[in-house]
Amino acid sequence: MAAAELTIGGEGEYLILRAVGRWTGEGAAALDGRLRRLDAEGFHRVRFDLGAVDAMDTVGAWLLKRTGAELRERGLEVELANVPGAIAPLLERVGEITAPVVSGPRRPPRILQLLDRIGAGTIGAVRFGYDLLGFFGLVSLRLFRVAAQPWRLRLTATVRHLEETGFNALPIVGLISLLVGLVLAYQGVDQLRPFGAEVFMVNLVGIAALREMGILLTAIVVAGRSGSAFTAEIGTMKVNEEVDALSTLGLDPIEILVLPRLIALMIALPLLTFFADIMALLGGAIGGLLLIDLTFPQFLQQLSTAITPTMFWVGMVKAPVFAFVIAMVGCFEGLRVAGSAESVGRLTTKSVVESIFLVIVLDALFSILFSILGV
Amino acid sequence: MSLIAASEPREVVIRVRRLATRFGTQTIHDGLDLDVYRGEILGVVGGSGSGKSVLLRTIIGLNRPAAGLIELLGRDVAKLSERELMELQERWGVLFQNGALFSGLTVAENVEVPLKEHRHLPLTLTAELAALKVALVGLPPDAGAKYPAQLSGGMRKRAALARALALDPEILFLDEPTAGLDPIAAAGFDQLISSLRASLDLTVFMVTHDLDSLEAICDRIAVLIDRRVTVGTLSELVANPHPWIQEYFTGPRARAAFA
Repeated sequence: MAAAELTIGGEGEYLILRAVGRWTGEGAAALDGRLRRLDAEGFHRVRFDLGAVDAMDTVGAWLLKRTGAELRERGLEVELANVPGAIAPLLERVGEITAPVVSGPRRPPRILQLLDRIGAGTIGAVRFGYDLLGFFGLVSLRLFRVAAQPWRLRLTATVRHLEETGFNALPIVGLISLLVGLVLAYQGVDQLRPFGAEVFMVNLVGIAALREMGILLTAIVVAGRSGSAFTAEIGTMKVNEEVDALSTLGLDPIEILVLPRLIALMIALPLLTFFADIMALLGGAIGGLLLIDLTFPQFLQQLSTAITPTMFWVGMVKAPVFAFVIAMVGCFEGLRVAGSAESVGRLTTKSVVESIFLVIVLDALFSILFSILGV
Repeated sequence: MSLIAASEPREVVIRVRRLATRFGTQTIHDGLDLDVYRGEILGVVGGSGSGKSVLLRTIIGLNRPAAGLIELLGRDVAKLSERELMELQERWGVLFQNGALFSGLTVAENVEVPLKEHRHLPLTLTAELAALKVALVGLPPDAGAKYPAQLSGGMRKRAALARALALDPEILFLDEPTAGLDPIAAAGFDQLISSLRASLDLTVFMVTHDLDSLEAICDRIAVLIDRRVTVGTLSELVANPHPWIQEYFTGPRARAAFA
C-alpha cells in the first residue's frame, strides 16, 4: 500500500491539499513537519481532498483537524472533499474533540523549585519527627498497659519474632563481627609495628569491639534485616486492609503487631551484641595468632589488662536503646503505608535509611554522654 | 452487527483452535475453539475460576498454552519470531483489570510511552496525540498532567484505555473494564467502548461479569463452561438448555438487567 503522501497545489482561490496513501502513525513525522510549515499565502479557501486515502488512524485525523483549525484561525475557509465512508466516523469523532491543547504543568524557575524542595523537605522532616513522637507516646501507653496486664502480651508472636530477629541473625552477625575483629587486628599490627608495640593490638581490638564495633555493626545489620522486614510485613498487611480488619474486630494493632516485635527486638539485640563482641574478639585472637604468633592464652592475658567490665557495659547499654529505635521506626513506617503496593517498597527503603541514621546519631550522642560522665 | 452485511464472509481476527492451558495438574481449558470477527464486541463470561482472564492472557501471549493454535490477525503467534511478534503486538491494546498504569508517570506520559517507543514522532506531535487520546476517552484536559493515584477508579480505567489506544490498535482486549465502577460510570464506560468501536474501527474482546454490559454493547457472548466456550448472541444463549447458562442468563440478577 502507498505510504502517506501529500500534494499541494493551487486552483484559483483554492489551495488544494491532496492526501494520498496511509495516513497513519508510521509515516506521520514527515507529514507533521510539512503541515506545520504550510504556506497558504494568497488563498482564501482550502480544500482537503481525501479521495485517495487508503487508511487513516487517529494520528492522520489529528493532523487534518489541527491543520484545519490553524488555517481557520488565519481567516481561511476549510472544507473536506471526497471523504471515504470508512473514515468518516473517525474524522467526526476526532473533530468533536475541543481543543486538546497541550499544556504541561508550567514549571516555575529553578531557584523556586530548589526553595520549594528545601521547604517541603524541612516540613516533611519536622512532621516525621512529630508523628514519630506521637507514635512513641502511643506505643509507650500500650507498653504500660501490657506491663500492668502481662497476659495481654502475645507470647507466641513474640517468640516467633525473637527467633526471626535474633536466632536467625546469628550467622550474619557472627561472620561480620569475626571479620571486623580480624581487620582491626591486621590494621593495628601494621600501625603499631614501627613502635615494637604489636601486642597492644589486643587493646585496640578489645576496646573498639566492646565499646563501638560490636553494637554498631549489629544494630546496622539488624536494621537492614529486621527493621525492613517489620515495615514490609506491616505495610503489606496495611495494603490488604488486614490492619483495618484487626481494628474492626476490636483488636489493637499496636498491641498485636508492634509490641511483640518491639519486645522481641529489645531482647534479641543485646544478645546479638554479646555474641558479636565475642566473635570480634575471636577475630582479633585469630589475627594475633596469624600475625604475631600470639597464642590464645596470651591474647586473653593481654585482653584482661586492657579492658574493664565498664567497657563491655558501655557497649551493651546501647543495645536496648538501638533496638527500640529500630523497631519503632520499622513499625511506624509500616503503619504509614497507604494505598498501593508501591508505597510498601518506598517506605521499606525509607525505614532502613532512617533507622540506620538514627542509630548512628544516637551512638554519637552516647559517645558525648560517656565522655562527659568520664566512662 | 450492522456495519457488515450478513452475506459478506466475515474476517476472523482472533482464531483459537483446540486450545489447552494447564497450571501444574490443573487443566483450565481443553479443546477450546473460538472465532472473533472483525468489528464485533465479544463478551466473555464464566464462573469465578473458569479461566476467563487466563484465556485473555493466553491469547495476548502472556501465558503459554499447553497445546492448540492461536491466530491473531491471520498470523499464528507461536510461529512468529520475537521481532514479528513485537510488530504484531502494536496492533492490539490491552486494558488490564486494575488499569496497570505506570504509577510513576502522569497520565499523558503513560500514553506517550508506547508512542515514543514505537512511533518516533516529533515530541510536540507526540504530546498532542497523548492529549487527543486523553480527550477521546472522555477525560478532562487537566487529567493528562495528573498521576494515576490522583484519579478516581473510573478515571483510572479511562486513562488506562487511553494508553491501550495509543497506537491505534485493531483489537482491544478488556479485562473486566466495568468491575468496581458504580452503575453510572459503568454505563458511561460501555457507551465509550461502543462509540470508540464505531469511530476507530475496533474489534473488542471483553472479559466481563457485568450483565448490563453484555446486554448493552456485546454483539456476541462467549460462555466459558467445562473448559470450553459456547458462543452465541444473547437471545441464543437464553435459549440454551445448559443449566449454568440458564442460571446465568435467566437468574434473578439477569432478569433485572435484561428487563
